[in-house]
Amino acid sequence: MIVLALVCVAVLLALSPAAIALAAQPRGSAIVYGASLALNLALCTIALIDLLDPTRPIFSLVLPIGLPWLGAHFRIDALSAFFIAVVNFGGAAASLFAIGYGRHEEEPARVLPFYPAYLAAMNIVVLADDAFTFLVAWEFMSLASWALVVSHHRDVENVRAGYVYLLMASFGTLALLLAFGVLAGSGGHYDFTAIRATPLTPLLSGAVLVLALLGAGSKAGLVPLHAWLPLAHPAAPSHVSGLMSGVMTKVAVYGFVRIVFDLLGPPEWWWSMVVLAIGGPSATLGVLYALMQRDIKRVLAYSTIENIGIIFVGLGLALAFKAEGMAWVAALAFTAALLHVLNHAAFKSLLFFGAGCVLNATGERDMERLGGLIHRMPLTAGAMLIGCVAISALPPFNGFVSEWLTFQAILLSPQLPSWGLKLIIPAVGGLLALAAALAAACFVKLYGISFLGRARNAAASKAAEVDAVSLVTLFALAAFCLVAGLLPGLFIDALAPVAKVMVGNSMPQQAGLQWLTIVPIAESRSSYNGLLLFAFVLLSGSIASIAIHRLASDRFRRAPAWDCGFPDPSPAIQYTASSFSQPIRRVFGSTIFAAREISEMPPPGSPVPARFVLDIHDPIWEALYAPIGKVIGFVTERANVLQFLTIRRYLTLVFVALIVLLVVLAL
Amino acid sequence: MRMIHDLVSQSLEMLLVLLLAPLLTGFVRKVKARLLQPYRDLIRLMRKDVVLADNASWLFRVIPYIIFAGTWVAASLVPTFGSGLLFSWSADLIAIIALLGSARFFLALAGMDVGTAFGGIGSSREVMIASLAEPAILITVFAVAMIAGSTQLSTIAEFMGSSAVGLRVSLGMALVALTIVAIAENGRIPVDNPATHLELTMVHEAMVLEYSGRHLALIDLSSQLKLLLYLSMIACIFMPWGAAAPEARIDAFAVGAVTYVAKLTACGLALAVFETSIAKMRVFRIPEFLGAALMLALLATLLRFVSGSL
Repeated sequence: MIVLALVCVAVLLALSPAAIALAAQPRGSAIVYGASLALNLALCTIALIDLLDPTRPIFSLVLPIGLPWLGAHFRIDALSAFFIAVVNFGGAAASLFAIGYGRHEEEPARVLPFYPAYLAAMNIVVLADDAFTFLVAWEFMSLASWALVVSHHRDVENVRAGYVYLLMASFGTLALLLAFGVLAGSGGHYDFTAIRATPLTPLLSGAVLVLALLGAGSKAGLVPLHAWLPLAHPAAPSHVSGLMSGVMTKVAVYGFVRIVFDLLGPPEWWWSMVVLAIGGPSATLGVLYALMQRDIKRVLAYSTIENIGIIFVGLGLALAFKAEGMAWVAALAFTAALLHVLNHAAFKSLLFFGAGCVLNATGERDMERLGGLIHRMPLTAGAMLIGCVAISALPPFNGFVSEWLTFQAILLSPQLPSWGLKLIIPAVGGLLALAAALAAACFVKLYGISFLGRARNAAASKAAEVDAVSLVTLFALAAFCLVAGLLPGLFIDALAPVAKVMVGNSMPQQAGLQWLTIVPIAESRSSYNGLLLFAFVLLSGSIASIAIHRLASDRFRRAPAWDCGFPDPSPAIQYTASSFSQPIRRVFGSTIFAAREISEMPPPGSPVPARFVLDIHDPIWEALYAPIGKVIGFVTERANVLQFLTIRRYLTLVFVALIVLLVVLAL
Repeated sequence: MRMIHDLVSQSLEMLLVLLLAPLLTGFVRKVKARLLQPYRDLIRLMRKDVVLADNASWLFRVIPYIIFAGTWVAASLVPTFGSGLLFSWSADLIAIIALLGSARFFLALAGMDVGTAFGGIGSSREVMIASLAEPAILITVFAVAMIAGSTQLSTIAEFMGSSAVGLRVSLGMALVALTIVAIAENGRIPVDNPATHLELTMVHEAMVLEYSGRHLALIDLSSQLKLLLYLSMIACIFMPWGAAAPEARIDAFAVGAVTYVAKLTACGLALAVFETSIAKMRVFRIPEFLGAALMLALLATLLRFVSGSL
């Protein structure tokens, strides 16, 4: 199995240089994306077979590459099997979409070579079984995605995004490097089996937790390490944006789970406090940021931060319950988090691909220049609607199921003995509920402004439906969102071995329950049946429709819009993205974003135009990133002097450095 | 003597006409606004043609059915006169609230479909109100569910009817929070005024401004169902008396039905009195009103975490 998987990854890697040659060909991009699709599907199948076979052994393999005394260790256990399945599910969707979407790429040579390498790197991170391979693959993944982010490098914004991304990615890798350094100890055992076997003191394992949170959290986009994410994810071509948001953040989640749940040994109760205290605010702040945006891809990127927050809340709860020995609830919280990993990969890819379709059809990412696309692109609009409902955690789609399971775990937490958790968990529950409600507002805005209403510019009014391959991808993902929402029991059962390995127990088996209901704990406590609910809604809606059309009236006629008698033909009369979120901005934004609205009304008769200025600040950027940037700028400015010294001074410098080094060595 | 008699009767007459005149007007109004008027309105609307705005999309025509079906299903899952609903296990309280959330999501989209200023203003305000009301009700549900040990509404109702529940501060807070949310979610005074048109403070009516005929009838029926759902929910959690047990005999169901009607009447009366005694709020006062519900709900949940008996 693992040999087969590694062969697939190797072929993906080999595809990378081949793509340089193929990029010049007219059919080159179709070949590269087609081959990636096939390999992704193969890897996904391998992982699924592995995950669903209850008797399977754990596969491992050592290749004689990398560090000479270490080699490269690879291993597939239940956790990596699940994440390989997610990575390649998202990868397959992106590759399929790109077969159609990639045709519009103006400079395919800037995208094609890095794309398979990026996919391969993500797979190697998940397959790696020693710190060296893991870190090399992690850095490779960062660099490949950086190259994709700056592929459209003529846009100044993209170059800036790439720069910030590169800095943050290096910072993240550094934190992980230190984490593995502490884990390996002075003995320097870098393979995971040896790391698992060596217990750490509480202080050191706490340090590893914090470093893992910094390293993996910065890649996943946890607040306050998120600043690069909304810049970099939208800058890449849309299929890569989907991969970065839907899949790469999940590889980061994998890194965190691998280190904290697996390598670090039994958790302490306060670890979960740290994770919850970061996860909850990430969820709420992420979606609040998203609400303030008007760029469609940036809204999606900020919403990724929200979803990552939800996943980390699930992981934090799992840690808390695991530490207190309540493995059966830990399994519930852990399964909820992993289910959200899968769900988010599906609907975020769908939404980014849909945004890519809009971008291709209109050339616009700014919602305030779109509008009325449901008339011009009805199929894209239909698939996007499903994505928007699913990500807003509304039944009967999949987003609701994972949030529902997380809520069920929160409801069991009064049984936790520690006081810190008793105080923080209700607050986190409140933040999660707030995030869910705000997410619905955010996606009403995204869909309502860009797809409904009237076209706001010529490009939007002349948009045409996209190609068939892109549409097939969108609808396949939409169908997945529905199926995972209707039959969540299948997915929960598939996750059972992962929870078993990571938290020591698994959720009760859902397969035998009547009507495919899911019952996380006991039937008297809570149960949910999306299938039945969907059937009820479908049935009552159809009955109402048939009855009214038969018995009452089925006629309609078209007329100009009513609008209380004052319809205005100008599309500028419609609500825009920023006016739509104005009430929410006023409620939450005035404190969090220091948002101020200044309107200048000239006196009657004055020819001066009236002006409206919206002043909005990003508190985290201003409080954290801007000062660090200033300090670095100041230091480099000063250090710049060193580049223009005379030869005499350089020689003195070298001499002094040598003396200092010798003194240090002597001491 | 005769003179005095006439004088008295004349002054009585004067008083009588003075007192009777408003009553007559009130009576005429009462007769006009019959109890069954909403049925007539619905039937009349159903029979009328639909006038669709020129650029209304397919979504605009489907949404009334989605909203109606979602609200109907949600309302049918809340126990009314008996707690043993056949399909109560298919959705718990969180799912019922989320189902209402789906309906609201589509209603807000419908407001933006035609591309008029009124629709946008309604949708934008609706999502603002929902972004506070939904967490408030979810946290209230957390508090209630943690007390009852279940999120299944029928289990909660049975628990609340038993003697195990006792007198708790957190339940009182939850009741106040739930009432505030119910007022806001149903667009009652002081949050929204269901009786106005053409007013800049309106929310719900602005969203459905472009609807007519059967579509409007369905949306009206959905908001009526939603009000019933919220009152039934408050009744079944906080006034669980008289509801029939799952395998009760027919007379228990009769008792349940009578008490249910009595509870609804009491709640309806309270709502009417409340609405007539308070003025409509400014839109930006609503967050404070709902913030109170949010805080109360959070406090109730926190109390449950801190102590099992509060």
